Amino acid sequence: MIKFVKRPEPSKAWTIATPILAVILTMILGGILFALMGKDPFAAIRTIFWDPLFNDQFAAYSRPQLLVKAAPLILIAIGLSLGFKAGIWNIGAEGQYIMGALAGAAVGLAFYPTDAWWIFPLMVIAGGIGGFLWAMIPAILKTRFNTNEILVSLMLVYIAEQLLASAALSWLRNPEGNGFPGSRNLSQIPAMSNPELIAGTGTHWGVVAAFAAVVAAYVLINKHMLGFQIRLTGESPRAARFAGVKDKLLVLFCLGVAGALSGLAGLFEVTGPAGQISIDFGAGYGFTAIIVAFLGRLHPVGILLAGLLLALTFIGGELAQFMLGLPSASIQVFQGMLLMTLLGMDIFVNYRLMIVKKEAV
Amino acid sequence: MKRRTLLTAATASVLALGLAAPSFAADKVKVGFIYVGPKNDGGWSQHHHEAAEEMAAHFGDAVEIVVQESVPEGADSERVLTQMALSGADLIFTTSFGYMDPTVNVAAKFPNVKFEHATGYKTAPNLGVYSARFYEGRAVQGYLAGKMTKSNKVGYIASFPIPEVIRGINSAYIHAKKVNPDVEFNVVWAYTWFDPAKESDAAQALIDQGADVILQHTDSTAPQAAAQKAGNVYTFGQAADMAEYGPMPRISSIIDVWAPYYIERVQAVMDGTWETDTTWDGIGAGMVGIGEISSAVPADIKAEAEALRDSIAAGEYHPFTGPLNKQDGSVWLADGEVADDGTLAGMNFYVEGLSGDIPQ
Repeated sequence: MIKFVKRPEPSKAWTIATPILAVILTMILGGILFALMGKDPFAAIRTIFWDPLFNDQFAAYSRPQLLVKAAPLILIAIGLSLGFKAGIWNIGAEGQYIMGALAGAAVGLAFYPTDAWWIFPLMVIAGGIGGFLWAMIPAILKTRFNTNEILVSLMLVYIAEQLLASAALSWLRNPEGNGFPGSRNLSQIPAMSNPELIAGTGTHWGVVAAFAAVVAAYVLINKHMLGFQIRLTGESPRAARFAGVKDKLLVLFCLGVAGALSGLAGLFEVTGPAGQISIDFGAGYGFTAIIVAFLGRLHPVGILLAGLLLALTFIGGELAQFMLGLPSASIQVFQGMLLMTLLGMDIFVNYRLMIVKKEAV
Repeated sequence: MKRRTLLTAATASVLALGLAAPSFAADKVKVGFIYVGPKNDGGWSQHHHEAAEEMAAHFGDAVEIVVQESVPEGADSERVLTQMALSGADLIFTTSFGYMDPTVNVAAKFPNVKFEHATGYKTAPNLGVYSARFYEGRAVQGYLAGKMTKSNKVGYIASFPIPEVIRGINSAYIHAKKVNPDVEFNVVWAYTWFDPAKESDAAQALIDQGADVILQHTDSTAPQAAAQKAGNVYTFGQAADMAEYGPMPRISSIIDVWAPYYIERVQAVMDGTWETDTTWDGIGAGMVGIGEISSAVPADIKAEAEALRDSIAAGEYHPFTGPLNKQDGSVWLADGEVADDGTLAGMNFYVEGLSGDIPQ
């Protein structure tokens, strides 16, 4: 019979091989799914994975769009990964993302129509602080009253969504918007916009921030005492306490960083790709980023790749919808398959298959 | 020519008409549609999609349609639109008001592609807007509601506080009040276009508060089901006829009729005569349909409702004709004065008599 046997330590080779195998397996499973639906499986797989990157007609546009779509996911996931490593579960990044966008937009619009160079930097700071403060609510409640940060941070998402709706309908509403909800279009106001920095690359300030966050997190985790403390707390909270880790401070730090990065992601999104505060501005980046964080195995470089991969399936999935007439639900099934196989293949990192002879009784 | 084969394959599947895939794909007019909901939502998006398919059937081989459903409003829609334009679409219909700014941005980048945005107000040389005067249908609904209610309480499930929805509430109220001075409207804001659970809850809450007529500006049939369960409650179909709930509780409906407009605009692209436009048509032009008034309505009331419908269609009567005051009592329209389209397009106030506030 075949048995899983635990490896003495995680296999390095399998750590690298499983994501690649998982993608190939998903292509095969997805191809079967699309074939069952009566579509050409090869065309579908090529449209999802190849066309956004290399198709003559689209690639010049969709390649940069990968960065635009991936940047907020990466930025948020990096922040979340610090907490997740230490066993601090911030599920409310979506709320922190919304509050960052709201705080930044409110500060910027307060100066409308002033045109000055310092407005955008001020909005960036306000965005970070907005997300930071929103994350401080579950953090302080946890450190002072020992509440559960999973519940508190999640519930705060719904409060943030209500604040977002009220902002779009009243206190940030565009007075020249013909009665429609939504703020002024920030991306069309030069002092407040987050434009493409190098034409044709999709790189806006959020993309720059995402890459900076990846590097900073890498250094923090691998080269810094604080990174060691985070890892230690995650693996053995008691040992960490004996080693002198201030666990309350660590909660504040991890939630605070995640909140600030989520807030920044929201600010860069509302001043750039989204353009304005609207009722449904929160498009679920904060929740998708949780998947990105785990898909990237909580490793900064892994998160970078996971964010780009997820962005690729989003954009390729859109292409497949209107090029091949695939229903949007089948694309979601395909994305789900990818996540399932990636996480399922993980078992080979820690276990190996062994053929064991049945023992005679 | 890999791309060509791909397009041909797409044509065959998207048309879904069982036509043989023709080899001259590039000569066809390619028409794109993006929907905010799934294309089988039973209401708004489904009606646009059915109109798109009707248009495609009308032109047969000469047209290829490409569709994308459940596109979130905002940054994602801008990317979808750009990719559609890059894929060679000649004309793209964006069918939700939240696509307005993305459509404007993409239209500026693709001057040779024509765009049509539903229910917005921003135009460009290659971007037209179209919408329907649903408030004309609301006048007929309001009339029926005023006549049919016994508790004098009418419930109204509103979606978002945008001018289109506010116009509908005002129009329905004015005409209910005209035939029943004691009528009261209770408006619930659902903040969704399509959410059966939420809509059902809203309908139930209104019924519990004594409403025996429910009007809805959301797209699912959930309020119809709630009313059916309650018994003596009247409802109206929204966007689709929802005839399956007749003769009770559904006693009439407002039906969106987009296909003739789609056919006309695609024809214009084929003829090279397409120009930007601001189309806002009502019952007269056939863009707003009033569903059959059911047998639950007494014959004399039905006849009067149909007379109202016909006088609006003929242009003899405008649903917003003075004297009308705003909610705060200030004069809006003097006796005999008719509201201008500009005010209606940006309507953000209730008329006198309505209680409660518009969320803002």
